[in-house]
Amino acid sequence: MNRIIIEPGKTEKNYWLDIWRFRELLLILSWRDIKVRYRQTKLGIAWAILRPMLTMGILLLVFNRFVGLNTTNGQPYALFVFAGQLPWMFFATALSDASNSIIANERLITKVYFPRIIIPFSSIATSLVDFLISMVLLFGLMVFYGVEPTWRLLLLPVFFLLVLMAAMGAGLFVAALNVQYRDFRYIVPFIVQFGLYLSPVGYSIARVPAAWRALFSLNPIVGIIDGFRWCITGEGVIFLQWPFWISVGVILIFLVLGVYQFRGMEKRFADII
Amino acid sequence: MSEIIISAENIGKRYKISHQTKEKYQTFREAIVRSAKTIKNTLKKGKNADNYEDFWALSELSFEIKKGDVCGIIGRNGAGKSTLLKIISRIVEPTTGRLELEGRVASLLEVGTGFHQELTGRENIFLNGSILGMSSVEIKKKFDAIVDFSGVSQFLDTPVKRYSSGMYVRLAFAVAAHLEPEILVVDEVLAVGDAEFQQKCLGKMSEISKEEGRTILFVSHNIGAVQSLCSKGMVLNKGKLQFYGGINEAINQYTSGQEQLNTWSGENGDPALLSVYKTYIQNMDGNTNYFSKDALEIGAEFAAHTDFKDLVVGFSIYSTIGSPLVRCLYNDYNDRVSLNKGRYQVKFQVPPNTLAPGNYRLSFDFAMPFVKKINSNETDLVFEIIGNQDGAGNRYFVQGNSEYNSLIRPNWFSSITILN
Repeated sequence: MNRIIIEPGKTEKNYWLDIWRFRELLLILSWRDIKVRYRQTKLGIAWAILRPMLTMGILLLVFNRFVGLNTTNGQPYALFVFAGQLPWMFFATALSDASNSIIANERLITKVYFPRIIIPFSSIATSLVDFLISMVLLFGLMVFYGVEPTWRLLLLPVFFLLVLMAAMGAGLFVAALNVQYRDFRYIVPFIVQFGLYLSPVGYSIARVPAAWRALFSLNPIVGIIDGFRWCITGEGVIFLQWPFWISVGVILIFLVLGVYQFRGMEKRFADII
Repeated sequence: MSEIIISAENIGKRYKISHQTKEKYQTFREAIVRSAKTIKNTLKKGKNADNYEDFWALSELSFEIKKGDVCGIIGRNGAGKSTLLKIISRIVEPTTGRLELEGRVASLLEVGTGFHQELTGRENIFLNGSILGMSSVEIKKKFDAIVDFSGVSQFLDTPVKRYSSGMYVRLAFAVAAHLEPEILVVDEVLAVGDAEFQQKCLGKMSEISKEEGRTILFVSHNIGAVQSLCSKGMVLNKGKLQFYGGINEAINQYTSGQEQLNTWSGENGDPALLSVYKTYIQNMDGNTNYFSKDALEIGAEFAAHTDFKDLVVGFSIYSTIGSPLVRCLYNDYNDRVSLNKGRYQVKFQVPPNTLAPGNYRLSFDFAMPFVKKINSNETDLVFEIIGNQDGAGNRYFVQGNSEYNSLIRPNWFSSITILN
């Protein structure tokens, strides 16, 4: 029989094991969010396809047609944009959903016990479904433009792992602080809005002056987008150079910070929410 | 047998409550100046320390609960019952102390936690079950039993937002009733739902404890339900453990330990007009446990220092939130208007089964009609009516819905006959 000891300030010995025990809850909460998301919509799941396609269309129109940017290696600009948009949209939705998740599930927090980290994780898992649908669209685009996949595509999971870590770190950090300071409810939409401009989604990192690239790479998504493009269209500007490692470093710092912040606050969630 | 499953040592829970001592803002300009000052102070001190006060919702709580015990936790509102359940359920962390639990805890602090309005009954069974700690294999295994217990099988594929509140509760409790934790923590959840279903739930709970040897912690305001279900009782009073032991003794402790004001004596009024010396409320046994079924006597002793041509002598009963419920005067229904100088005793009788369980304020009124009230609030009393132990007069209590829980609860039933 398992014994549970409750003491103030005591950190759970089997914390991560406990999360594993509650993995089904994580899946069920994501399943709930997905089910509910498209209830009472006319187009239903088609939204998951329309959203990324429309975003790509607009970015293509603005940056390719109006501004006149193009790829350096002759790859279609649509694919170039889509490759950048993949991690960005995942990060943006995961961050927004995760940061609101604890507040949105207030009823659960104040009425039942489970490792609280399950909630932001399940929000991220929900965004993952959109990401996977976008991946299918990506392959569709590659077929459409007749772009042959290279061995580099096999490294895509590594970069996916990076963007997952970035979303987790920032998501946990903001989700926890959001419980006490609702200011973050207003900050996150700003981050997401500005992030689209400050991340090389519609344009290439090559457009950023070399002297600025290190600073630019403090935005962790910069390194990730570069990685995604390297895998998909073969264009890596800062790939494996030191600005890239800055992005990776920021991701790792945020991950540690996020987990630390979340764990530090989660026991008080029910008191302060 | 008799191994300890929950042991608590010096459990305490502190909340910081902020004071709102500031006056209301008069002007916009003032508001801006004030908030600027507050920001300045906050930056300086780090915290507006003066505006917070410690409040101990629970303190120095130590107890042990044995395996298979069904323990009722009773106490007035704000006694710390829910806080204790939340600590045991691991929802909030205690500020002091140590708690050891031998086994899985499932908590039922609310009916249908996590139910989603948009999802169907079937989907919600899986969602709710999983939130309460069941694995999907477990839920699948018990699915039929759950549906059976709930009695809503026709509506399984309807979104629960289209359910009546009764169906909703049935389904939610059905899921919870099929949990198999070592420790089950139940807050005032049975209060919802109709009597038949409540009975079914109580039956299920005692079945769980007796046949499967599970430990149950049960909070309810329904003393009758606590008495019939529990073997042990814990009385909390202002965050402290007042009593822990057999259920009957606990209920006695609870019902006798009220902070009430059942008599007042002294001198109040106007020496030139009228003085009140004593006010009281009592039941016929002379003790201070007022069950709904008791006839109550309300009375006062006073002296008229002059001859009154017209005098009001009587009382009003108010609910805890101050709504007037009853007004009763000695001469409302007769012609006795004048009262000569002298000392008097006045008595009123409240018939049995008039007031529902709850707290009341009794305010006496000695007044010259349309001129002035002579006595002051000093003579007011506070009393509590306790639910009848068999539940009569308070069946069908609906938690959180005052529409069905009137405070005047007389037995005006006359007859019911079949017509055909």
